[in-house]
Amino acid sequence: MNDYIIEMLNITKEFPGIIANDNITLRLKRGEIHALLGENGAGKSTLMSILFGLYQPDKGEIRKNGKVVKINNPNDANALGIGMVHQHFKLVEIFTVLENIILGVEPQTLGFLQKQKARERVIQLSKQYGLDVNPDAVIEKISVGMQQRVEILKMLYRDNEILIFDEPTAVLTPQEIDELMEIMRRFAREGKSILFITHKLNEIMAVADRCTVLRKGKCVGTVNIKDTTKEELSRMMVGRDVNFKVHKNEKKPGQVVLSVKNLTVPSKTSKKNAVNNVSLEVRAGEIVGLAGIDGNGQTEFVAALTGLERHTSGTITLCGKDISKATVRERSKAGMSHIPEDRHKYGLVLDYTLEDNIVLQRYWQPEFQKMGFIKRKAIRKYAERIIQQYDVRSGQGPITIARSMSGGNQQKAIIGREIDKEHELLVAVQPTRGLDVGAIEYIHKQLVERRNAGKGVLLVSLELDEVMNVSDRILVMYEGEIVGELDPKTTTVEELGLYMSGAKRNLKEDSHAG
Amino acid sequence: MQDKAINSNPSFISKFIHSKGFMAFTAALMSIFLGFVFAFIIMTIADSANAVNGLKMLLVGGFKRLADVIYYATPILMTGLAVGFAFKMGLFNIGASGQYTMGMFFALYVGFMWDLPDGVHWIACVIAGMIGGMLWGLIPGFFKAFLNVHEVITSIMFNYIGMYLVDMLIQGNATMYVSSKTRTAYLPASAQLPSLGIDNSNANISIILAIIAAIILYIILNKTTFGYELRATGFNKHAATYAGMNSRRNIVLTMAIAGAMAGLGGAFAILAPSTIAGSSMTYEPINVIAANGFNGIAVALLGSNNPLGIIFAALFISHIQRGGTLASLYGYKPEIIDIVIAVIIYFSAFAMFMNSAVVAFLKKLFRRNKPEADTTENVSPPDSAQDKTENSMLKEEG
Repeated sequence: MNDYIIEMLNITKEFPGIIANDNITLRLKRGEIHALLGENGAGKSTLMSILFGLYQPDKGEIRKNGKVVKINNPNDANALGIGMVHQHFKLVEIFTVLENIILGVEPQTLGFLQKQKARERVIQLSKQYGLDVNPDAVIEKISVGMQQRVEILKMLYRDNEILIFDEPTAVLTPQEIDELMEIMRRFAREGKSILFITHKLNEIMAVADRCTVLRKGKCVGTVNIKDTTKEELSRMMVGRDVNFKVHKNEKKPGQVVLSVKNLTVPSKTSKKNAVNNVSLEVRAGEIVGLAGIDGNGQTEFVAALTGLERHTSGTITLCGKDISKATVRERSKAGMSHIPEDRHKYGLVLDYTLEDNIVLQRYWQPEFQKMGFIKRKAIRKYAERIIQQYDVRSGQGPITIARSMSGGNQQKAIIGREIDKEHELLVAVQPTRGLDVGAIEYIHKQLVERRNAGKGVLLVSLELDEVMNVSDRILVMYEGEIVGELDPKTTTVEELGLYMSGAKRNLKEDSHAG
Repeated sequence: MQDKAINSNPSFISKFIHSKGFMAFTAALMSIFLGFVFAFIIMTIADSANAVNGLKMLLVGGFKRLADVIYYATPILMTGLAVGFAFKMGLFNIGASGQYTMGMFFALYVGFMWDLPDGVHWIACVIAGMIGGMLWGLIPGFFKAFLNVHEVITSIMFNYIGMYLVDMLIQGNATMYVSSKTRTAYLPASAQLPSLGIDNSNANISIILAIIAAIILYIILNKTTFGYELRATGFNKHAATYAGMNSRRNIVLTMAIAGAMAGLGGAFAILAPSTIAGSSMTYEPINVIAANGFNGIAVALLGSNNPLGIIFAALFISHIQRGGTLASLYGYKPEIIDIVIAVIIYFSAFAMFMNSAVVAFLKKLFRRNKPEADTTENVSPPDSAQDKTENSMLKEEG
């Protein structure tokens, strides 16, 4: 009897101009939790897409229980018992939990749905694995953690025995992460095999049995978690030693740079306000971290702050100047730099060259245009300086099309652009999202650098570690309100988690005062 | 593209083959070739005996009527610019017909009602036509920018409004309209465009003006901050907003310029000199929407919305239209010729699809011949594959 339930042997997958997977071998034992670790672009997603039938490998073979199988599409994968929880859930928002679970495999007689039978099965499964959900709840009304359970139940309902989790913890609170870990361990005990894609080392150390590390499309190796350390894993992943701690000196905050008073922003999806009566201050020389679980109004708050969306009431003052009604350009001129949450949607014109993207906020300045005609030479020179100073790597330098650059280098270009522009306040939203450890380290350094240069920094992030390590002061946002102000030096991740999930608040009076 | 020379590289050919312009060009050629194949099939079905001769006429017939090709290319060149320019900003200007008709009317009005000296009169007419088209582009632009009404809806409506309005105004004007002949009167010679002096042809100075207009648009698009904003908005309007670009102003301005182009097209068409002394082009107010406006869409498509590409696209479409007229000498009914021309134009719509197919083919070919050339030049960091993965997975989600 073969020990391995799934073997991906010598998988090679090439895309135009790049080898995404180069001779990768991954073997999954029955009943183990196997982590797949790698930086962005290391080839994790490609490898899993191959296993899930979204891509065909150019070379290599996949075996299940020692037999070669061909997986042409996700239906084949499903038939082989392979299920996947995607990073972005694939649920019908207006359907109930039960309807989502049976979607595609609806039990029916003569075309009529047989929901009762399905309900019993779902209830039985959720009892068996401790996945507590209400089958009749509507998806859009339940929390993200619950939605993830629905995704897991979907796999169980289909009798999947190989479960792929693609970055499952990105959207969860620390408490929910602990629960998920427990659920994963239970699956393993029940004989299910789990592939766990992540770049968070703590989680791997906590839950995985073995770990396969990918770097730049190649397999660096597979290690037993028992015999390894976090430092070793990160070295394998990045190829060098990585510093996890952010170094910063004590610094006394100076004058108020940004003052937001009683800001209210309407929601686009519901009648409730997305941001409700929020007041906060950012001083020169401090990094204020705005923490919170995704979807608690941070995006809307930033949109109103930077002028992308209108707010209904409240005032925004930047360096003593009221910018509540100012346009994006006016705010930019008044000293606001903005590293946007979604670098592809907002931060870059992907079909433009790197140099055109580098002057995206400044092309209208006399330095770069004369009578409406673009000074190409000046732009080239400026772009070359930014590229050098911020170590932006690309195939063809200034004339590289932004789309062809790696995520980390795209982000470096944005950061270079926003930092080099004159500013007093830097609004950095999820600046390290989807980036690898090396790039994260670099970006955190830049943020601290801004703080030390006496600028105000507002860091909006979903990553707890980031907020804890980089900020001088943490504000927690929950359901559109600031519910807590914490000192990262004295607080713990667990406590932060309680605020984020709304279980605790220490600013009750404040948020209702205005 | 214009920066290619700066990055001097030993394998210039490879660079050239990989350049976007070359890709678009080969794609257009492939599409046209396929179009002719299908055209030949249709002609064979319609009348197999004459199919070879007919197709030959279609292909080369235009060369016998070069002056006509130029003459008929001008209006569709202008409407092509009207569509293509707006499309660069992501606006689908389907209202080129209305703008074209408006341009005609304004040009006619100045031609009939204003008494200006020779050499100035036609210039005034052309400018009037431009203003007329600009006005008709401005209004849908305004609706889009300030009321968020989709430009396709308004511009389609303005095709009808423009056409009926012009018909009404012409029929109500005794100087312009000859009711017994249901057409406008002959324009004074001073209002007609200077001829290029080719015998028996209407070819006139407007083709030069049209090419100049295309070059100006090319410069606006690629060398000015307005063009920078316009293209940025077309590629990614969120990023444009984020960068603080004034999208309202840009939408109105883009539509006004696009309208002006179509208006010029209308003016050029109606002001063309007649080959018979004492006569002129005439407008028939018979409640029909100008087809040249819609032909502009095909021209823009074939020219990849690039003003310089549009010049050649217009000449090409005019060329096969002339060839089609000649092919009918072999007994092909005009309807068949229309279908054949439509097939060829229709295939140009595949240019986008062909583009990627040709790219893949050429890259494969190139890699086989020169394996090292490709790897050194397409240095793309590992993450790009990740992006592609994500993109295609998104597509899976549909």
